[in-house]
Amino acid sequence: MYSKKVIEQFTNPLNVGTIENADGIGEVGSTVDGDIITIYLKVDNGVLSEVKFKTFGCVVAISTSTIVTQLAKGKTIEEAQKITNDDVLNALDGLPEGKDRCSGFALDALNKAIDNYIEFKKD
Amino acid sequence: MKQVYMDHSATTPVDPQVVDAMLPYFTEKFGNSSSFHSFGREAAKALSAARHKIADCIGAKSNEIIFTSGGTESDNLAILGTVGQYAGVSHIITSVIEHPAVLNTCAYLERIGHEVTYIPVDADGIIDIEALVSSIKENTVLISVMHANNEIGSIQPIREIADIANSKGIVFHTDAVQSLGKIPVNVNDLGVDLLSISSHKIHGPKGAGMLYIKDGTSISPIVFGGGHERGLRPGTENISGIVGLATAVDLAMQRYDVDSRHLLDLRNSLIEKTMATIDGVRLNGHSTKRLPNNVNLSFRSVEGESLLMMLDLKGIAVSTGSACSSKSLKASHVLASIGLAADFIHGSLRISLGRGNSMEDIDYLVSSLQEIVSRLREISAL
Repeated sequence: MYSKKVIEQFTNPLNVGTIENADGIGEVGSTVDGDIITIYLKVDNGVLSEVKFKTFGCVVAISTSTIVTQLAKGKTIEEAQKITNDDVLNALDGLPEGKDRCSGFALDALNKAIDNYIEFKKD
Repeated sequence: MKQVYMDHSATTPVDPQVVDAMLPYFTEKFGNSSSFHSFGREAAKALSAARHKIADCIGAKSNEIIFTSGGTESDNLAILGTVGQYAGVSHIITSVIEHPAVLNTCAYLERIGHEVTYIPVDADGIIDIEALVSSIKENTVLISVMHANNEIGSIQPIREIADIANSKGIVFHTDAVQSLGKIPVNVNDLGVDLLSISSHKIHGPKGAGMLYIKDGTSISPIVFGGGHERGLRPGTENISGIVGLATAVDLAMQRYDVDSRHLLDLRNSLIEKTMATIDGVRLNGHSTKRLPNNVNLSFRSVEGESLLMMLDLKGIAVSTGSACSSKSLKASHVLASIGLAADFIHGSLRISLGRGNSMEDIDYLVSSLQEIVSRLREISAL
């Protein structure tokens, strides 16, 4: 079953919400799959000063979403891009067998948001 | 922490009276019913008494009852045993909302060359009779349609289907695992040839069940061994389990009026209170043609496993049709078959009530849902 860490993060997730005029937004998933994760970024001098999320999804989707925002917040774009799925899993003390297949979605959403920011900056 | 069990369609606690009836058959009365001596005769007597008791309760004759290990085995025996009577390619008609014990048995038969037609259901989860009639073919040997659905509680028109099957000389099987004790189950009124029952859904022990086989209906065994159960289900009988099953069936019949009224009151109150106090809720299944203990709700913008976890942390045990909570990671085939949108399937909750639940439990569930649904909607991206 789920680790204590997962339950803690799931029941008291940090960084829930949206950011108005966000510098980057990344969304993954669909209602068909049962998971939609959206991550919002605020970037100041190349640092992720604010990272927030909104997630429709299961226990894994919500707990990985909040962990990804916590890992990314305060990091530079380059540092944040180096966050791995293992970092997410370690922060949650692992996930039960079969449940780890969805663990990468929140990280995908973060990377999408960063790409969106980089794209946006070019314009 | 307060604990409220509302997952009785998954399994039920064994009634203390059932446990008392079973206990002697583990230690003092442990005989093998096939043995000649007094120990064996004692077991044979218990077996016969159990058979008579159950037969009485469902309007059958005692020789029409075959004991099995449970609902799944009964369904397998009914389907494979019927097909086993015919040479060549057989055709089976069933519904899209059957339990996996039926669907996966049919899928196996397809793999080995037989034909299966899966009849659709309407938006309320009731089988399309016209489609069933028009799917009957020359080689149709069996129709298998469940009495009441395990997820949405929809009650199927069994008598109507039985009349159709009988008029065409086709064997008709129904899985009555969820309906026994909740709505009347009498084999003569239903007009069925084969009927599956499970013990642990009606406050009996796990590992016991039975198949009713109407006199004159021939089926083949699916396991082979000694001559137990008229050769249809060889293997030394699970006497304690069978005694438990018979006691549970008997209790279900004795308590039928009280239980079904109690469950109906709780069910209607739960539906009413939830719909009145939470926005974006949908009742899945038929509003009246449904089991008195079944409530299946979908909550917009929230996911079922998250709901389940939050409720579990409050000591409330229910289930969901969401993909994430199932072993197969597949969303409910039943909710998909009634045309429910994907987000509503993922946001579904099945509450299956039992005789031990109270109105206080309902109020605790409703107030917990109000808090949890609003919390999850704050987090939700939808």
